[in-house]
Amino acid sequence: MKIEALDIRKYFGPVRANDGITLTVEPGSIHGLLGENGAGKTTLMKILTGFISADGGETRLDGRPVRFASPAESIRHGIGMLHQEPLDFPPLKVLDNLLLAFEDRLIPGRQQVRRVLEELCRRFNFSIDPDARVNTLTVGERQQLEILRLLALGAEVIILDEPTTGISAPQKVLLFATLRRLAKEEGKSVIFVSHKLEEVEELCDRVTVLRQGKVTGHIEAPFRAEQLVQLMFGQSLLRSDRSRVPLGEPALELQDVTVQTYRLTVSHMSLAVRAGEVIGLAGLEGSGQRLMLRACAGLQRPSSGRVRLQGDDFTRRSYRDFLAAGVAYLPAGRIEEGLIRGLTLTEHYVLTQRGHQPLFIDWVGAAEGMQHKIAEFNIRGQSGTPVEALSGGNQQRALLSLLPPVLKVLAMEHPTRGLDIESAMWVWEQLLERRKSGTAILFISADLDELMEHSDRIIVFSGGVMASPIDAAATSIEELGYLIGGVRDNS
Amino acid sequence: MDSILLIRTLASIVRGATPLIFAGIGETITEKAGVINLSLDGTILLSAMVAFAVTYTTGSVILGFIAAMLVGALMALIVAFGSITLRQDQVAIGFVLTLLGAEMSSFLGNPFVRLKGPSVPHLPIPYLADIPIIGPIFFNHNLVVYLGYALIIFSWFYIFKTQPGLKLQGIGERPEAAFARGSNVNLMRYVYTALGGALVGFAGASYSLSIKLGWSHRHTAGNGWIALAIVIFGGWHPFRVAFGAYLFGSLKSLSSIFQRVAPGIPSQFFNGAPFALMIIVLLLVSSGWLDRLLIRLPVRLRRLVHDALLGAPPGGLGRVFVKE
Repeated sequence: MKIEALDIRKYFGPVRANDGITLTVEPGSIHGLLGENGAGKTTLMKILTGFISADGGETRLDGRPVRFASPAESIRHGIGMLHQEPLDFPPLKVLDNLLLAFEDRLIPGRQQVRRVLEELCRRFNFSIDPDARVNTLTVGERQQLEILRLLALGAEVIILDEPTTGISAPQKVLLFATLRRLAKEEGKSVIFVSHKLEEVEELCDRVTVLRQGKVTGHIEAPFRAEQLVQLMFGQSLLRSDRSRVPLGEPALELQDVTVQTYRLTVSHMSLAVRAGEVIGLAGLEGSGQRLMLRACAGLQRPSSGRVRLQGDDFTRRSYRDFLAAGVAYLPAGRIEEGLIRGLTLTEHYVLTQRGHQPLFIDWVGAAEGMQHKIAEFNIRGQSGTPVEALSGGNQQRALLSLLPPVLKVLAMEHPTRGLDIESAMWVWEQLLERRKSGTAILFISADLDELMEHSDRIIVFSGGVMASPIDAAATSIEELGYLIGGVRDNS
Repeated sequence: MDSILLIRTLASIVRGATPLIFAGIGETITEKAGVINLSLDGTILLSAMVAFAVTYTTGSVILGFIAAMLVGALMALIVAFGSITLRQDQVAIGFVLTLLGAEMSSFLGNPFVRLKGPSVPHLPIPYLADIPIIGPIFFNHNLVVYLGYALIIFSWFYIFKTQPGLKLQGIGERPEAAFARGSNVNLMRYVYTALGGALVGFAGASYSLSIKLGWSHRHTAGNGWIALAIVIFGGWHPFRVAFGAYLFGSLKSLSSIFQRVAPGIPSQFFNGAPFALMIIVLLLVSSGWLDRLLIRLPVRLRRLVHDALLGAPPGGLGRVFVKE
């Protein structure tokens, strides 16, 4: 099915999210939609799938104008969307998730849907257990399930919003193969929304680049990376060079640490992280890396083993003691765990002041202090801005600005998840600056490029087993990808 | 204790748990849809009063039940309107309604205090009631108790085995995803909140017309809170809710037995004991203690025990759904 968007406009107050976007996707092709965060990609896709309505413009399917009042209506017309976070029901069973999508019958035809699911799984080489609960599946399997649901509902146009975030390397290979097959063999139209250049280059036949709500170019494959970057940012960006700093004394040591929770046990972890060293923690979500990181920061009590900070035993000490010793933890849920919704930047500034504080707050001084940080960290916001009003990148900047000036250990979950390339580069500049003063950095990331580019050593977690650290300089992205997937490379 | 007394005690537990089953399952349905109706205690009081008043005035038990269900549905609709349409805090609305319902039942129910009125007639089920032990415990009651059994099974079947039930789970777990699949989330939330409320109203009527006959001030006070606790204890599953209701009933009759055995201890102790025990049980099933217990079990058993003991609240519970 051919889908056309003509002069689509959508304004949110003064923000022109979509400012006259025109785009045609031919059946049998994979069409990339590229742009940094806030370029208007997601808004456009939500308009095409009936989640929001456009302020102006027209959508056509095979030349006929259509207008959808809801996503259910758009799927009836054959347009299905796979959301970044799969829009499914985690506590329900796989089969029930599929059943929920179908038309009303009092007693659903379980056996029939089971057959449909098994047949689709065979067709695409997926292996999904119909009786498993969705929250026991990986993000990649949940995506597969969503794709199957859309196909079962008869989708002819499939839109994927940043589908490679949080899935493993083998799953990505399978996903790409599936998309190619859908487009080339089954004649579907596939729209692939991404901010990752390499993926678009690898997969797409044609790409439309968006910047600030406008189309900056339609390009056919083969693509030139510099050209795409220029269209995305209006300028060329240079990757920072990796500079090594001399490593100091061990800042953090784990000695045969075991962490146990109901879901997962990670046992016998031993590691010494030296001052100024950067350790990347890789693995599928829920493989144990988060437990390990939390144990390092005193947020998760080990059931056995020792945790030492600069030689001192901190094993059963409280998180406050860890903080006082110069350990900081930046969680992935920036607004959920890292910041306090409803409080302004200045109020955060006051809350993070250490040492003895007077009973009455010096608001003028605090606002000035925060102003300095805002200027220094280039945060787009005012000192009186509530944190939830900041964009993801600015929330991360705010979190970094609130860290104490001297740190021994900095533990981070996904330091650049959801950030555009420019913000991500800026974040890493800040982090690498810190290790010059002897801060050891441990970070979790699902982005293999990020792990390879910034880590000194990488530790792969797989099903609760911590592998021994590998030297980032001596490995490759492919090898890392297969280690994460739990498949050993034989060569 | 001889066996006749034991059977009689068990029968009274089954009978006494009936209103809690109606209220608990009603609230479970409401919460499955993602709405918290906290007004249970007030709703039960008001509907118990209205049921008795209507039955006393008209002589019809059926009209009493219908009136009580209307009262329950109406109270629930206030919660739905306030939270879904006006987007106000569900907990605050429910709490205020609890107080309002209690006060109104005292005020409006004043003329009906300590009167003798009609009640649901005793109705042993032929043949079944003659089965030794089981018969007298389960089948020697009245229609309300039997409807309770039916509700347990029917609500389980509806929620977990039918298409509309699946959609009900969907709108409570993840309203955005249900909306994307074509559910009218807010309309369905209205419907299930009202339906749940009507069942809570039925629970109120079953007190004044079947279990604790008549009306007095604060006639059923406290039972609404117990029903809310049972919903959590029951992990939002009808079978476990029913089990919770029977467990609470057992604790209550145990305490009355102990009261007879040890008359020296103040009766308040035994009256309060089931509530305290309920708190302890709740703590056990909904805290990290269970996690610690689970890791000591063999891996094979963990998942089973975990599923049997722990129930997670619907993912979208208490969260207003706003279409973008």
